[in-house]
Formats: sequence, structure tokens, C-alpha cells
Amino acid sequence: MKRVLAGVATAVVAALTMTACGGSSDPLSNNPPAQGGATSGPVAKPDKIIIGSANFPESALLAEIYAGALQKKGITIEKKLNIGNRETYYPGLSDGSIDLVPEYTGVLLQHINKSATETSPDEVYEALKKALPANLTVLDKSSAEDKDAIVVTKETADRLNLKSIEDLKPHASQMIFGGPPELPRRADGFPGFKKNYDIEFKEFKALDAGGPLTVNALKTNVVQAADIFTTDPAITVNNFVVLEDPKSNFAAQNVVPLINASKASDEVKQVLNQISAKLTTEKLIELNGKLSAPDKPDAAKVAADWLASAGIS
Amino acid sequence: MNIFEQVWSWLTDPDNWTRSINGPGIPYHVLKHLQYTGVAILIAALIAVPLGIYIGHTGRGSFLVVGIANSFRAIPELGLLILLVLAMGIALAVEAVTIALVSLAIPPLLAGTYAGIRNVDRDVVDAARGMGMREWDVVWRVELPIALPLILGGLRAATLQVIATASIAAFVSLDGLGRFVIDGRAFGADGGYAMMAGGAVLIAALAIAVELVLAGVQRLAVSPGLQTRRMRRRVARVWAQPKLITAEESS
Repeated sequence: MKRVLAGVATAVVAALTMTACGGSSDPLSNNPPAQGGATSGPVAKPDKIIIGSANFPESALLAEIYAGALQKKGITIEKKLNIGNRETYYPGLSDGSIDLVPEYTGVLLQHINKSATETSPDEVYEALKKALPANLTVLDKSSAEDKDAIVVTKETADRLNLKSIEDLKPHASQMIFGGPPELPRRADGFPGFKKNYDIEFKEFKALDAGGPLTVNALKTNVVQAADIFTTDPAITVNNFVVLEDPKSNFAAQNVVPLINASKASDEVKQVLNQISAKLTTEKLIELNGKLSAPDKPDAAKVAADWLASAGIS
Repeated sequence: MNIFEQVWSWLTDPDNWTRSINGPGIPYHVLKHLQYTGVAILIAALIAVPLGIYIGHTGRGSFLVVGIANSFRAIPELGLLILLVLAMGIALAVEAVTIALVSLAIPPLLAGTYAGIRNVDRDVVDAARGMGMREWDVVWRVELPIALPLILGGLRAATLQVIATASIAAFVSLDGLGRFVIDGRAFGADGGYAMMAGGAVLIAALAIAVELVLAGVQRLAVSPGLQTRRMRRRVARVWAQPKLITAEESS
């Protein structure tokens, strides 16, 4: 998932200074030079699980859910949430600075193997298990998915009788599509729409990555179809309709716990698999909605409430 | 290929001059960029110049100049733009960009006009009144021509800033040269950084070009008696003996 909103302001500044720096093909990459050098210290005690998360709310929430459930089982945990992007936290799993992190199957697979082509949930999951290094493992995947989807308003869906992306075929040439600027080029963007469904939209409007601009544009009919993430609470709030993707144009992004193999005891596995089994995309939308409510509740509180209601003990 | 070569090859690729991801190429985006800039500067000038003249001439409300000019300068344009777009709806994105850019252009125009009028020698104004000029004539025929270099200086500063900042229009789905910066960022390592830097170079080049045009306009519009000291000195060198100047200066 590209949560780049915050980065764009910096990017504009960076663009102006860029001519000054030479060489590297990727001048904005912010990989830390060496994770886990002098600072990471000795590997944590084997009985303690250090839970990390990426720096966006849903990831932190999932980490809190894992943390709450493991704690209930009497397992000692430590939380290191909102670490950063995958480039930052992924090396930490190998050097012992974190042991467990909530992940998404498709993007994790892409991170390990850039040329992976699998898109359906099971294929992606199997490929991911093979691609992971021996010291890391993923537990059961959840049916909950946070992935790109083509979304339309309820009125549009009713009027044109749309259920799946396939149904767009006769209408796309009269529709304006809104999404992140890279979509016309991305393999699962316009080239994928054309290849998998033979649809081409009339026009493209460059907005944000499923953020407030995209939601606003869809709501006000500036665009008639848009790329929004499946767990976005804006979908339920605005009665948007997520079109089905039978050809798996967008790679599956099932929520999955990524854990250091040495920490994956049977007890830990059982707890985390139980969570994955109970979590659904609809639940995740609901929890994200609670998380972004005006009173800004603590992620730990939202997680604890869900654990209690799901009967996970 | 280092980044300079990448930027150069992006700028010289004819493909980029004929099309971009959302349609036409660089010339179209230059025109859109100038359009957003021009409209914003015009509106800002219609607000700031009369206000600056009034405040400068009467001396009333000069706290406004200090207050407005300085506080407007502190507004982060990108944040203001997003706020406006979300409040007004993205259908009114052009209007939102214009408001954001106008708020950026007002401070230098207002400050330039106010300072220009205010700094007119009071003796000159008194002399004009003594000649029987009405207030309107004092403003129109004395203060304004004398203030023109500073007003145009404010206009140049405002235009420069607006051209540089108009890039943010691309952030809310509009066109202009910012398109390349924002899209380049989104494309990332896939040729995006050359596009980003190429867009930035084009914005800088456009700003310089417009600055040169405005400098030319200023030279034509400002009364010869008020031209810069360097120019006057050149005139003096031609017309006067060096000794004579020394004598004049010491007297």
C-alpha cells in the first residue's frame, strides 16, 4: 500500500534540490544505511515477542490486536509500533529488533521478489511462503484484504447495473477515472484494466492514493470510478460500491502475520491463526472507521474491544 | 546515466513535448502554468494595488500592511490548497488553486505598493498640492509614477513566487508544470526522478524567462528620471566631466 500523502510535500522540496545531487538512480530512497548495527543490541530473550508495525493506522491497529491476544495468553510482549515503511522495518525481523509484524501478502511478496506475477489470494500466499528466507515465516492468511479496488457510487452501480469490473466494459469509455498519478503506468493500473477486462476509461484524473481527494472526487461526480483501498471507512460512510475483481487484476493483499521462525511456537501460532480466521475485510473497515472517529480513540482500546467481541481469549 | 544526463534526455525527448500521462505535452503544461499564474497575479493586483495606494496615500491602516502581509506569508500554500479543495469540493479545484496563489501574491504586491507610495518625498507631494493639484491628481500624476519602480518590484517578486508555487495545482488533479513533479514522484525509480527534476528545471526556466520579460517592462514603463542609479550614472558619465561631478557632489 502506498501511503505517500505525507511524503509529497517533502518531495516537492526534494525535487528542487535534486539537480544538486548526482549519481544514484533513486535519490529519494530512504533506506537506512545499516539496520541493527551498534544500536540494536543483543537479540531479545527467546520468551519475549517484539511486535512492530508500519507507520499507518491500520498496521498499528493490527499489531495492537496481535499484542492484546498474545498478552491474554500470558506471553511477554514488547511493542515497537509505527516504525516506518517496509524498507525500514523488514530488515529488523532478521536482526532481532522486531519479531512479529502484520503484513499484506501481495506487497510483501513484491518486496521479496520484484518479478512475482501471482495475483489470486492462494497463489500469492503459496508464492510468498516459498519466497521468504528460512528465518522468517508467515502464519495463516486472513480473508481480510486491504487492496486497491475500482469503486463507484451506489447511484452509478444501480444505474448501470455494475457488480464487477467486467460490467464496466460498455460504460468505461464515457467515464472519468480517478486514482494516484502512477496508475496509468502501473501494471495493475490501466495496462491491467486493458489486458484483463479490455476496458479503457475516457479520461484519467490524477488524485491521491485512495485519500480524501479521491473520495471527494467520486462523491461529487468529478470522477465516476476511482481507485480506493478496500478497507477504507469512506466506502461504507458514502455507500460506495467496490466492484468485484474476478480476474484478480489487483494482486491479493490478505492480512498475514510475518514472524521470525524462532519465535513461532505452537501457542503463538494458535493465537495468531485464530485472529486471522476471525478477521474480515468488513471488520477491518469497521475498525478503521472507529480508529478515525473524531475522538481519536487509542488503537490499543479499539483492538481490545474487538478481541473481546470476537471472543478471543 | 547520472541524474543530469537523465534530466537532459528527459527534456530533449520529443515524446515529452507532445504528450504526458493525462494528455498533451510540455507546451500545454507551460500554458496552463502561465494561466494559473496570470489569473492569480491579476486578481491579487486588483486587490493589493488599490489597497496599497489608499493606505500609502492616507497613512490610514498601515498596520494592515504589516499584519496582512506578514501573516499571509506564513501560510503554507499546499496545506491551504488541500483545505480549500476539501471544503469547496474538487470540482472547484481551479478556484481553490487561484485563491491559494492570490493569497501568496498579495503580500509582496501590497508591501511594494504601500512602500512605494509612502516613500515619495513629502516635499514633492506638498509641492504638487501647492501647484493646486487635487488629491486624485497627486496620487495619479505624482505619487504613482514615483512609486512605480517599487510597485513593479513587488509585481516581479509576486510573479516569481506564484510561478514557483503554481506547481501545487497538480496535487489536486490540475495541470501545469507541477504535473511532472508530482507524477515523477509517483513513478519513482521507473524514470520518475528524471521527470521530477525535468519539471523542476522547466519551472525554474519559466520563472527566469518571465522575470526577464517583466524586467524589460519595468525599464520601459518607469520614467527615465527614476531609473536605477547605475543607469543614471551611465548617463552622467556621458554628459558630464568627472571634475564637474566631484564639484557637484561636494557642494
